[in-house]
Amino acid sequence: MSKDIVGSVVVIGGGIAGMRSALDLANSGYYVYLVEKSSSIGGVMSQLDKTFPTNDCAM
Amino acid sequence: MDESKCVGCGACAEKCPKKITDTYNMGLKDKKAIHVEYPQAVPLKYVIDPNNCIYLQKGKCGACKKLCPAGAIDFEQKQETLTLNVGAVIFSSGFNPFNPSALDSYRYDYRPNVITSMEMERILSASGPTGGHLVRLSDKKKPKKIAWLQCVGSRDMNRCGNPYCSSVCCMYAIKEAVVAKEHSEEGLDCAIFYMDIRTPGKEFEKFYNNAKEKEGVRFIKSRIHSIQDIVNSDDLRISYLDEDNKLQSEVFDMIVLSIGMEIDKNIVKLSQKIGINLSEGNFCKTSTFNPLETSRKGIFVSGAFGGPKDIPQSVVYASGAACAASEILSPARNTLAKKVEPIPETSVIGERPSIGVFICKCGSNIAGVVDVGKVVEYASKLPFVDYAAENIYSCSQDNQDGMAQLIKEKGLNRVVVAACTPKTHEPLFQETLTSAGLNKYLFEMANIRNHNSWVHKDTPELATLKAIDLVRMAVEKVAIAKPLSETELEVNQQALVIGGGIAGISAALGLASQGYDTYLVEKNNRLGGEANKIFKSANKENVQKELTSLITAAQNNDKLHIRLNSSIVNVKGFVGNFKTVIASDNKEETIEHGVSVIATGGTASKPSEYLYGEDERIITSLDLDEKFINNDKSLKKVKSAVFIQCVGSREPNRPYCSGVCCTHSIINALELKKINPDMNIFILYRDIRTYGEKEYLYHQAREAGIIFIRYLAIDKPNIKIENGKISVTVYDTSLNKYLEMEADLITLASAIIANQDQKLAKFFKIPVNEDGFYIEKHAKLGPCEFATDGVFLCGLAHYPKPIDESIAHGKGAAAKALTLLAKKKIRTSGTIADVEPLKCSSCGVCVSICPYSAPSFIPDDARFFAGKAQINPVLCKGCGLCVASCRSGALRLKGFDNDQIFAQISAAFEKAA
Repeated sequence: MSKDIVGSVVVIGGGIAGMRSALDLANSGYYVYLVEKSSSIGGVMSQLDKTFPTNDCAM
Repeated sequence: MDESKCVGCGACAEKCPKKITDTYNMGLKDKKAIHVEYPQAVPLKYVIDPNNCIYLQKGKCGACKKLCPAGAIDFEQKQETLTLNVGAVIFSSGFNPFNPSALDSYRYDYRPNVITSMEMERILSASGPTGGHLVRLSDKKKPKKIAWLQCVGSRDMNRCGNPYCSSVCCMYAIKEAVVAKEHSEEGLDCAIFYMDIRTPGKEFEKFYNNAKEKEGVRFIKSRIHSIQDIVNSDDLRISYLDEDNKLQSEVFDMIVLSIGMEIDKNIVKLSQKIGINLSEGNFCKTSTFNPLETSRKGIFVSGAFGGPKDIPQSVVYASGAACAASEILSPARNTLAKKVEPIPETSVIGERPSIGVFICKCGSNIAGVVDVGKVVEYASKLPFVDYAAENIYSCSQDNQDGMAQLIKEKGLNRVVVAACTPKTHEPLFQETLTSAGLNKYLFEMANIRNHNSWVHKDTPELATLKAIDLVRMAVEKVAIAKPLSETELEVNQQALVIGGGIAGISAALGLASQGYDTYLVEKNNRLGGEANKIFKSANKENVQKELTSLITAAQNNDKLHIRLNSSIVNVKGFVGNFKTVIASDNKEETIEHGVSVIATGGTASKPSEYLYGEDERIITSLDLDEKFINNDKSLKKVKSAVFIQCVGSREPNRPYCSGVCCTHSIINALELKKINPDMNIFILYRDIRTYGEKEYLYHQAREAGIIFIRYLAIDKPNIKIENGKISVTVYDTSLNKYLEMEADLITLASAIIANQDQKLAKFFKIPVNEDGFYIEKHAKLGPCEFATDGVFLCGLAHYPKPIDESIAHGKGAAAKALTLLAKKKIRTSGTIADVEPLKCSSCGVCVSICPYSAPSFIPDDARFFAGKAQINPVLCKGCGLCVASCRSGALRLKGFDNDQIFAQISAAFEKAA
């Protein structure tokens, strides 16, 4: 059975959610492909100024 | 562009003659046809826009290729199609911000001072088109009055076809208004025009109240249909009906459209093609009890594709989806992931220091100000420095390889990199040391960019002298650095989950189904928690039926060990090695486990208002659920039902919103209509908070004839019982008069309160907020874990949430716990505190001052140094608080020893020769 299972995952989208899924899977023993349509990861969150509640720079 | 060659120096973009629209800055700025999205982009690799590149379009130019020092430009590159063989897919394709151009009446395409909220984010940002100065676009004037219009592209069936609520816009509009006020020196008037303020998230209501009461942001309940131009002016006019139904007209300098979320049309097409069912709003369709699975087996969903979500919710669902994928792949764990072979470390003990100094130019970031050649020349003459050189980018891969090569060739045993900040780059350089067989703590960084070239641009000569000083200090410190060791620790492969509600069961099943022995501790005599009392979910599924199959799955999993009627008596240990004593039925057992999940849940409060408990016709939402579950015949006879919202929530003594009650009351009201279509039903509310696609339920309820009446917190509904008849009086804010209605059933939407357990908080050293909910590691990025390593959080113990979000949170906590379990071993840091017991006076200051409980007294019966302090290397975070507080000088921080710090200080005051 386990021979049929492939130990890799493709994550579609490199925004905050995609990056988180990809990191959690990579950190638990899977080979992960992170696919992003633009030239850098980060998604919409990278465009935000500050985030509630800490007022940290979203970057 | 050859990614492996590009060093990100930016020489290409500087000379590229073609300007294009900068989409990162929402078109408010230009960028070049060859560009990076933004300066901090990951990966920091330049890309060519083929549609705008002059060479690729016309065969001329090629300036970038001529200039590129790394030879990275390759005009021959072709699009490739890759086929990946994978075990699972996670769809997190996100959303598009709504484009308001189609809504003509908002004048977005015609008036420069009508902008979107995304554009506002860029204008407020220091890296944005205005350098963080709040000015309006038409004339760069500082605005004095700004309006935000909510629900643009959301909750709108007629004009844009997006009936759902985008969930995040209320909160970001409030945030933008507060931040905009901070930006403005002369005072700024901010007005938010809204239908319902929807701030159901953790700490959101407090932020809203603060904006309204302390920051003076105006909140005006009115949906604005159109923005009016003013002739010969860049200002804009809004007309609206105020709370007294009087027509008002106001002029603003700027108007921000709070745009909602939409799923990209290409994603809709792709979903249809590969068999992913979509919801009415084109989001990925999921069910309450399987919130992370798409309709296609093996494909999971995370982020806003599964419904409008803010950042912490996206993170929760992302980790949850990772767990769900891992559950089906766990037999193949570690079969494809690459392992790094450890490189043996060379001993440097007894060797004369031999220091290599690498000075980074950081393109022109440093070299544009600092005379790097001069710094190199100076560094090469410092004591013990056997090698000094400059790099264009020290962090680029080929320079890392070169550095490792030099360490080996020249026998360097200490390294200094003078470049940017150790916060981001120290781990990278330390990795290079490790790969060259050198202990990674024999390394020092001098920050000659952030601390120097960036802040002393106007005085380059002094900046060069400062760089020299910083390099000398680093060299002096590293010369006496000692190799440090990191202790390796086994991670016990068992898990403990505390709380057997929906979130706890989900977390436990997530772990147990991947082969980890998991103990699930529940204080009551059955699993299921509060869900045992709920009738229908927001997707109208039968909760009891679904819950039973979830509990059965838990009971049938032989790796899941359920302990009912149980409580936690004691917890010892730390990440990887906990020992917990569980008491069940007068028996005690000790469980050893590597990870702990806290899912202690919450409960519905018993109202003290609205005559609750005085008449059996006045009940809570869960009481009504019980009637539905038991198929109570008396409901058929109800002629008039009244629901009262926010009972015990959004009150001065309990300021948070319980999040689920609006949806819950609407589902129950629709259920009553089903039982008796002629029933008169009134829902008395403050704001209807059916966020996301729950908004469809609100539509259905209004279509079904359920009447919604908004009341104000200062004038709450009043219940009277006279001659056995119940009547409710409420001030209707849209009719501006008191209404009285008879009722034979009153349902109070009572607040959700946390099941507080101070003992548990103490055992695991986890903090609780003033509302009684546990405080997660990070409000945005760490919603599933605690700051305490090895302890995770999910469900109502974190904050009120509906079933689907609780399940995602449970799985999310399991995913985080899995990253620890899967490692099997963890390493402690080398830079931790250390005690010299002979000097220790056993005063206990370190024990009481440490926020991580790392120091303790050596037990009295120990053979050596009984009663002296000791440091647990696993718990120590190397903050140095104990070191600074030790009156006997018995504590030291490894890697930051006194002699190292003193060497650095005296080097600071030496004169450069």
